[in-house]
Amino acid sequence: MQEALFVLLNGLVYGLLLFMLSSGLTLIVGMMGVLNFAHASFYMLGAYFAYTISVGLGFWPALIAAPLLVGVLGVAVERYGLRAVHRHGKLAELLFTVGLAFIIGEIVPLIWGRSAVPYRVPALLDFPAFTLGGIQYQAYRLFMMAVSVAIFAGLYAALARTRLGLVIRAALTHPDMVAMLGHDVPRVFTLVFGAGCALAGLAGVIGGNAFTTTPGMAEALGAIVFAVVIMGGLGSIPGALIASLAIGLIQTVSITLDMPLGAMLGHIGLPLDPHGALGQITIAHAAPAVPYLMLVLVLALHPRGLMGARAD
Amino acid sequence: MKRLKSLALGTVAAGALMAAIAPARADEVVRIAYIDPMSGPFASTGRLGEQHFRFAIDRVNASHAAGNRTFELVVMDNEVSAEKSLTLFRKAVDDGIHYITQGNGSSVAFALSDATAKNNRRDPEHAVLYLNYAAVDPALTNEKCNWWHFRFDADSDMKMKALASYIVASPNIHKVYVFNQDYSFGQSVERAAVAMIGNKRPDLQIVGTERVPLGKVTDFTPYIAKMRAAGADAVVTGAWGTDLTLLVKAAADTGFPATFFTYYLGARETVQAVGMAGKGDAQISEWHENVDAPAIDRMAAEFKAKYNENFYYWRVVDMIDTLAAAMKQADSADPLKVGRVLSGMKFQTPLGPEEIRADNHQLLQPMYVSILAPDMPHMFPGVPLGFKTIKRFDAEETRLPTTCAMKAPG
Repeated sequence: MQEALFVLLNGLVYGLLLFMLSSGLTLIVGMMGVLNFAHASFYMLGAYFAYTISVGLGFWPALIAAPLLVGVLGVAVERYGLRAVHRHGKLAELLFTVGLAFIIGEIVPLIWGRSAVPYRVPALLDFPAFTLGGIQYQAYRLFMMAVSVAIFAGLYAALARTRLGLVIRAALTHPDMVAMLGHDVPRVFTLVFGAGCALAGLAGVIGGNAFTTTPGMAEALGAIVFAVVIMGGLGSIPGALIASLAIGLIQTVSITLDMPLGAMLGHIGLPLDPHGALGQITIAHAAPAVPYLMLVLVLALHPRGLMGARAD
Repeated sequence: MKRLKSLALGTVAAGALMAAIAPARADEVVRIAYIDPMSGPFASTGRLGEQHFRFAIDRVNASHAAGNRTFELVVMDNEVSAEKSLTLFRKAVDDGIHYITQGNGSSVAFALSDATAKNNRRDPEHAVLYLNYAAVDPALTNEKCNWWHFRFDADSDMKMKALASYIVASPNIHKVYVFNQDYSFGQSVERAAVAMIGNKRPDLQIVGTERVPLGKVTDFTPYIAKMRAAGADAVVTGAWGTDLTLLVKAAADTGFPATFFTYYLGARETVQAVGMAGKGDAQISEWHENVDAPAIDRMAAEFKAKYNENFYYWRVVDMIDTLAAAMKQADSADPLKVGRVLSGMKFQTPLGPEEIRADNHQLLQPMYVSILAPDMPHMFPGVPLGFKTIKRFDAEETRLPTTCAMKAPG
């Protein structure tokens, strides 16, 4: 019983972290239709900005200032880059963000060096909050979970319940009509892109010290963030939350299963030589591949993703 | 016009002639091609290596340790790719370079060792000597050994032998968990750990083995939970870089008290990430900052003053010094003659006597098991911990049987 609770909790922590990382991208993909490949790079910038600010002013000012800075950068990128590329179509936008990811990936090590910077969890939250099954849960982890839940609630409420959310959603499907009604559609997109980048920056501020702040951090998270967004259904905030939690839980559970793949598939009647190379791999061993397996399954069975409204 | 042209040609010819004569009058220049990553995700490792090579070469040139020869480093960026390395190897040979060195990635090392053997068999005039300073797959000096390959880093089995003998002799360690990155190096560390620690003492057992893909895991907490559930009181790992940092950090954040026995804990960023919780964790190395060797301390201080980086690769200095001594003894820069001197060479270092085995060209050097401890003379910036030797092994104690069956050329 305790074991199960324990796995559940670990999965929840990881799932909420994934949601925090992917919420900004969900917003951008869903409300602008831009597959932003530089999303993880903005996450990295958030972590580095926070490190630099925290050296001088401490963690709490960094928590506010770094996401704002990243957001402003996002606004600038949209206004002076993406908007110009927009009229050349989706592919041009996508390539633009890929290029941007490379540029940020090269600039960061020039400024901050190639090895990890010592960005630490604030002392105020660096203590074990409670112990379960002999494993301590750091207070900072609970803080991360709380921020993640707050992001979900905030985004959901803003998009579904406010006038601004209404305009944003309408601008995606009926841009001409929204413009006719007197709204500045390009400005709405700029705001959405900036907000998405700020969310990535916030995830960086919080994830950078929980894990590591290195020039490789964007690359390491880029793929999983896309898996979450696509699985959840492009642009669906609740979908992204469900996908994050599902990935977190299933991956955490898989890590605890030491049963070889061959034996397990044998149980459900699938033939796989239990003594062959593939049959010998344990489920735990394959755990890091599980999110991508889930992604493929979801796309095969339900191409719109879990909660996606659109198939494009 | 014609006259002018011939005059110009004559000047060029004279210039070329002088350029050709000039080095013969001065010292003979021995170029060493350094084939390692200078760009991409491992560039920081490659550049740190380059600085150590420049430092070691400057020392040898300043003291004329190689007689009337001076060394020159030729940096080649292989992006840790075996194919790219082979192209660079070809280029080095075509440029008349006879010495190559490499260290990052055993897959690259296998390719270069193979290329060296083939090249030297087909074209002895342009023979190449391969100095390996960090690729530690045991096969390089066993079933895939080659007379022209000399390794100056202890292979992963030798390191495990030292770690294992310490663990087996520690009565407080009963349950060992083996955790590695899933590629050739991690697999060989796992094999060696299971063979050398399991069943060596009635109350000592391996309670689990695990391998994770290189650089793909973000949150190691579930793995730590698994180790805890298995009751592990020691974790043996060959993991390095961000994976190791995240692993020991997850252990620290969750209050997992087991001791980590590592190959590569010494990276500044890893110690800074784990902080005081790293106290007591161990590494195996051929040197660390708190080893009592004033001669190397001076080197480390000089290196730090020059490059503002911590001195890390003592073995690079050891390797270049040994190469210079062998050249002086052979009184030649011919790789065959130098190789013959190096093979079986015995020499003194500030850490004690060392030997290059004649049967597989593996350097035997003293090894240190050290733990992170407070109040040490040299500590990490921002974290008041430094490495403290808990067990030293003489060079001879690291010797392992070899299956190498190489033949000396000629």
